[in-house]
Amino acid sequence: MNLLSVRDVSRRFGGIQAVDNVSFDVPHGAIMAIIGPNGAGKTTLFHLISGFLRPDRGSVVFGGAEILGLMPHQIAAQGMARTFQQTRLFPKMTVLENILVGRHLHSRGGFVACMLHLPFTRREERAVREAGREILEFLGLSGQADAEAVRLSYGQQRMVELGRALACEPRVLLLDEPAAGLNMRETAEMGTLISRIRERNVTILLVEHDMSLVMDISDEIVVLSYGQKIAEDVPSAIQRDPEVIRIYLGEGDA
Amino acid sequence: MSAYYSLVVLGLCILTGYAGQISIGHAGFFAIGGYLSALLTTHNLSAHGGPVVSGLAAMGILTRRPDLYGGELLTVHPWPACILAVFAAVAVAYAIGGPVLKLKGHYLAMATLGFGIIVYRIVLGTELVGAADGIYDVPAFPLLPGIAVSGKSSLRVMNYYVAWGFVILGMVFLMNLVRSRVGRALASIHGAEDAAEAMGIPTARYKLKIFVVSAAFAAVAGVLVTHYNGGIGPSESSVMKSVRYLAIVAIGGMANLWGALFMSLILNYLSLRGYFGSFDDAVFGVILILIMLFAHEGLLRRQLLDQIRGAVIRRGGGDDP
Ligand SMILES: Nc1ncnc2c1ncn2[C@@H]1O[C@H](COP(=O)(O)OP(=O)(O)OP(=O)(O)O)[C@@H](O)[C@H]1O
Ligand SMILES: [Mg+2]
Repeated sequence: MNLLSVRDVSRRFGGIQAVDNVSFDVPHGAIMAIIGPNGAGKTTLFHLISGFLRPDRGSVVFGGAEILGLMPHQIAAQGMARTFQQTRLFPKMTVLENILVGRHLHSRGGFVACMLHLPFTRREERAVREAGREILEFLGLSGQADAEAVRLSYGQQRMVELGRALACEPRVLLLDEPAAGLNMRETAEMGTLISRIRERNVTILLVEHDMSLVMDISDEIVVLSYGQKIAEDVPSAIQRDPEVIRIYLGEGDA
Repeated sequence: MSAYYSLVVLGLCILTGYAGQISIGHAGFFAIGGYLSALLTTHNLSAHGGPVVSGLAAMGILTRRPDLYGGELLTVHPWPACILAVFAAVAVAYAIGGPVLKLKGHYLAMATLGFGIIVYRIVLGTELVGAADGIYDVPAFPLLPGIAVSGKSSLRVMNYYVAWGFVILGMVFLMNLVRSRVGRALASIHGAEDAAEAMGIPTARYKLKIFVVSAAFAAVAGVLVTHYNGGIGPSESSVMKSVRYLAIVAIGGMANLWGALFMSLILNYLSLRGYFGSFDDAVFGVILILIMLFAHEGLLRRQLLDQIRGAVIRRGGGDDP
């Protein structure tokens, strides 16, 4: 069963066809990677799937329902979480508070209930904090809970962003270059973390330039070039695909 | 009375300081609240004999009281007038908030400024609400049996407590909100709107709701000040009033309810006592400009204490790196 199906999705920016008729399926429980040279349209594709951009054509079916045309927060409510290529942490909030925002969908208190501090919002808040601490423990960041998130090292900030998305308890998690800017040790940690997230029954769709990481953890890889899908296969086959080698690995990125 | 003005400032603090949505039109909401309750509680309906009027009178929505010349006035009771006035401000906030809150930064500032100017011009140009004279002879507001908002000198002490009661209540509501799931969501919208949206927060709806809450605070303040003063004039809806509220939020530290309250009490007190003389409006304008130039995040902000502490420790520690 496929959790996510992308069908003939296209998006144009002025003269640039950023995403051109792309289709693929993400099975339940898979780690699927999207690779491609700079400007291939990977981030645009993520924006289209998560509702931040509207496609010109196509369809995106998530968990059996069409999600195209929904607002990003509605898509998030269906169980899709994402991170951004440029870290988008909430400044002036602690690491824990950043993670707690991720619990938004799992609590209900509205404006009036929160202003009155009703008993159910108190119970809810306790549960939210407990879940937040659990995530921090999972990330190994418990010691930093009360530090301002944007003051952490870059690698730790990326971890917090990942944890925040994880706090949403998504069915599918979209990660846009989680290892960008990380050193080798941090990249390895990120790889382990992503595998451990999969064990929590989360399907993962990943954009990444670090080839060894991608080859290591992915079940299946989609290759984009100039907005078009030029290959889709298991990592070992992608590594041998002459077209991919020419277009992508041949550009000195490997 | 500076306590009542603090309600506007607190409401604006949560909108601008916490949720990051600027408004230079809050005097407009204050005026909608104040003017409507003033109009309803002073407009004599005894000439309109119809069944609607007598029906409303029978329900207790209308009330009779003697006027200054020994005649009898039939007006709306302050309670329904207050509810209607606040409801009207809320409705206006809903209506303009939808389109206006799609704007960001300077554009949002300009749009809310425009709203404030429109309210001011309407008030100034409408004979029904006294045009340049405003509305006077507004009765006391009997909140509960034995407790009334009024400027009568015999009720001074009681009104002092009533005003503080309102401020404490407003402060408790907003502190609860800030520390809640909704408060976090508002702060996240301020910090990174797209990331907030990705966390499932309906950012447009949240911005609209906090705008409405904030407008309601301003309208309640408008109602109370009007009953306290026994009247309201067009200057209450002027743009300089909106600038003043924003300046107080800024000097109070933006996302700092306590700072806003503290600064509001001090500056409004000084202003009402006339310490700023004819420079009254200019003082607040200058405060706002200085803060925007030199302390973008506001003056009394949390980090300021840390910075001062850091500086002291560095000096005291001597050989600390
Ligand atoms: N909002 C936009 N307006 C105009 N053009 C855009 C916009 N967003 C992306 N593009 C263009 O669309 C193309 C695809 O960009 P995209 O960011 O999706 O690439 P990418 O594969 O994520 O690249 P990278 O590996 O550098 O992150 C690029 O040519 C880019 O300049
Ligand atoms: Mg990209």
